[in-house]
Amino acid sequence: MAEVSCRKVIKEYDGGVQAVKGIDLDIADHEFVVLVGPSGCGKSTTLRMIAGLEEITSGEIWIAGDVVNDVPPRDRDIAMVFQNYALYPHMSVFDNMAFGLKLRKFPRDEIKRRVDEAARILDLVPLLERKPRALSGGQRQRVAMGRAIVRNPKVFLFDEPLSNLDAKLRVQMRTEIKKVHQTVRTTTIYVTHDQIEAMTLADRVVVMNGGHIEQVGTPQELYHHPATRFVAGFIGSPAMNFLPCRVQDAANGNLAVKVTDSIVLPVPPARADRYAKYKDKSMILGLRPEHLFEYHEQGKPGWTRVDLPVDVVEPMGMETMVHFFVDGVPVCARVDPATHAEPNEMLPLTADLNQMHLMHPETGQVV
Amino acid sequence: MSTSVATAGRRAPTTAHKHSLHRSRMWALWGSYIALGVFVIMFLIPPFYTLMTSLKSSAEISAQTGSPWIVHHPTLANFWYLITYPNFQRYYLNSIIVTVLTVAVSMVISVLAAFSLSRMGFWGSQTLSTGVFLTYLVPSSLLFIPLFQIVGWLGLINNFWCLVLLYPTLAVPFCTWIMIGYFSSIPKELDEAALIDGAGYLQILWKIFIPVAMPGIIAATIFAFTVAWGQFLYPLAYLYTSNQMVLTVGIISDLIRGDVFQWGKIMAACLLASLPPILIYAFLMDYYVAGLTAGATKG
Repeated sequence: MAEVSCRKVIKEYDGGVQAVKGIDLDIADHEFVVLVGPSGCGKSTTLRMIAGLEEITSGEIWIAGDVVNDVPPRDRDIAMVFQNYALYPHMSVFDNMAFGLKLRKFPRDEIKRRVDEAARILDLVPLLERKPRALSGGQRQRVAMGRAIVRNPKVFLFDEPLSNLDAKLRVQMRTEIKKVHQTVRTTTIYVTHDQIEAMTLADRVVVMNGGHIEQVGTPQELYHHPATRFVAGFIGSPAMNFLPCRVQDAANGNLAVKVTDSIVLPVPPARADRYAKYKDKSMILGLRPEHLFEYHEQGKPGWTRVDLPVDVVEPMGMETMVHFFVDGVPVCARVDPATHAEPNEMLPLTADLNQMHLMHPETGQVV
Repeated sequence: MSTSVATAGRRAPTTAHKHSLHRSRMWALWGSYIALGVFVIMFLIPPFYTLMTSLKSSAEISAQTGSPWIVHHPTLANFWYLITYPNFQRYYLNSIIVTVLTVAVSMVISVLAAFSLSRMGFWGSQTLSTGVFLTYLVPSSLLFIPLFQIVGWLGLINNFWCLVLLYPTLAVPFCTWIMIGYFSSIPKELDEAALIDGAGYLQILWKIFIPVAMPGIIAATIFAFTVAWGQFLYPLAYLYTSNQMVLTVGIISDLIRGDVFQWGKIMAACLLASLPPILIYAFLMDYYVAGLTAGATKG
C-alpha cells in the first residue's frame, strides 16, 4: 500500500516529440485514480513511466516515499494488468499467477495459499489447471488481475484492461474491478479512454489532453464543475452542447446570453455576478443534453423555454435523443420518450440554465 | 409485379454462382491431386530405388537382367557388412558427435543472438540483424578456401573437430534469423509483464521466450541438424583419413574404390545414414507445426 507522486514528469522521445509535458499528480494511499483522455494524450506513457517500463526524461516519480526514477520495474513492487492480458501462454492459470511469487522465492505453501485466495476472489478456482488458450476473454482478464493480486503489491496499474472485451463483458468486469479494489484496497492507477469507465470506477479522475493534465477531480466535480471546455466536452455522454453566444443586458436589467436573435437566455441571478465582467463579450455557452429537455408548464427558477426545429429523433427506450441545428451548430437534447417530436417541426424545450457553463472562446477556460 | 421480377432477377445469378463455385472447387481439388501425385512420385522414386538396390547382392546388380525395380533374391548382406564394418561405425559416430555439438553450439549462439537483437533494442541492433541475414547469403563454396587457411592455422586440418567450428558459421545466421522472426512475434507485453513480475533478461529468455518459441527453436534445430548431418563440401576439403571422416565423405571415399562402385553397399549406407534425419523429422514435426502462442494475448 502506498501513495504515488509525479513531480514535473516529462517524457520526450527521440526526435524531440514530447508525449508527457510536465505532470504533477499526487495519488493517496488506497485511492483509485483513473487517467482518462483521447488517444495520444500521454496517459499510457505516464502509467508506463510509473511502472518503470518507460524511462523518465525529467522530473521525479515517487512510490511510497522513495524516488523510483532509476529503480527497475521488478523492484518497484507494483503489478500491472495489460490491455491484451499478456498471460504466459505455456503456463497454466495457477502458474501464471504464481510466476511472480516463484521468482521472488516465496515458499511453496505460501504461493499456493495466495493463488487460491486470489482465485477465490476472482472466481477462478475451477480454471486453475487450464492454459490461457482454453479461457474466454473475460476469464483471461481475470487471470491477469489475479496475477496482480497475488503479489500484494504497493500499487496496481491497469492499462486499458477492458478495451479488448465486448460491451456486455466490459460492464461486468468493470464491476469486478471495483469489487476487487473494495476488497484489497490497494492504490490503483487505471488508464482508459472510456469516460464512462473513468466515472464509474474512480475515486478521482485525471483528465489528460496533449500531454497535459486538464483537470483532476472526483467524477461529480468533473461533471458539474469542468475546468475547461475540453473536460466539459469529454466527460458526459452524449457530449455537452457548445454554442457561441454573447453576454448582454436583458430587458429587465438582469444579464442574458444571446445565442441567436430569437434565442436569448436569461442568466440565473446566482451566476449573474460571476458572468457580469464578460458583458458584451463573445463567449461559448455549454449546456449538457440532459439539461435541455421537454417543456414543462410549471417551470422552476432558472428554467427557460426554447423552441428549436427538430432534425433527427433517436428513441433509446428510457429516453429519446433529439438533435437540432442552431445557426449551423449541432445541439442535442435528452427528452422524455413520451414527448412527441417530429423531424422538421418546432419542439418546445426547457433549458435548465442553473447547469449552464460559460467558456472563454480562446483559452477554453470555464468562467 | 415489380417485386417478383426483382426476386427472379436476384435468384438466377445466385444459383449460377453456387454452381460455378462448386465446379471451381472441384477443379482446384483435381489440380491439387495431380500436382501432389507428381510430387510424391518424383520424391519417392529415388528412395525406393535406393532401397531396392540396397537389398540386392553385387552379382544381381551387375547381372543387369530383368527389371531393375524388382529384387529377385533379397539379401541384408549389404546392411550387415556396413553395421559390422569398423570404418562405417567410425563415420557414424563422428557424424553424430559433429552434429550434436554443431546443433548445440548453433542453438545457444542463435537463441542468445536473436533474443538480444529482437528484444534488447540496443544501438545498432537493426543493422546487426540485417548483417546476420546477409552472412547467410554468402555461399559456403566461396568460403571454404579462406576457411582452409584458418583451419590450417588452428592446426585442425584432417580433424573432425574443425567441422564443429565451421558448421555453426553455416547454421547460426539462418537459425538466428528464424529465431528473430519467432521472438518478434511474441507480444512485447509478455516480457513487460515478466519484468514487472520480477524476472531478469535471462529469466525472461529461459522461462518465457524459449518455451513460447519452441516451434521456432525446433525449426531452427532441424535446420542446424540438416546442415551438420548433410554437409559434404567442408568434410571433403578438410578430412582425408578414415578415422576422422564423417558419413557423407566416408561413404563415397570408402565404398568407391577407383572406378568400382559398390552400389549395393553405397545404397545401404545411404539408407542407414538417412535414418537419423527421418526419425528426427518424424518425432519433431507435430511439435514443429503446433502453435504455442495461442491464448497469450487476445486471439
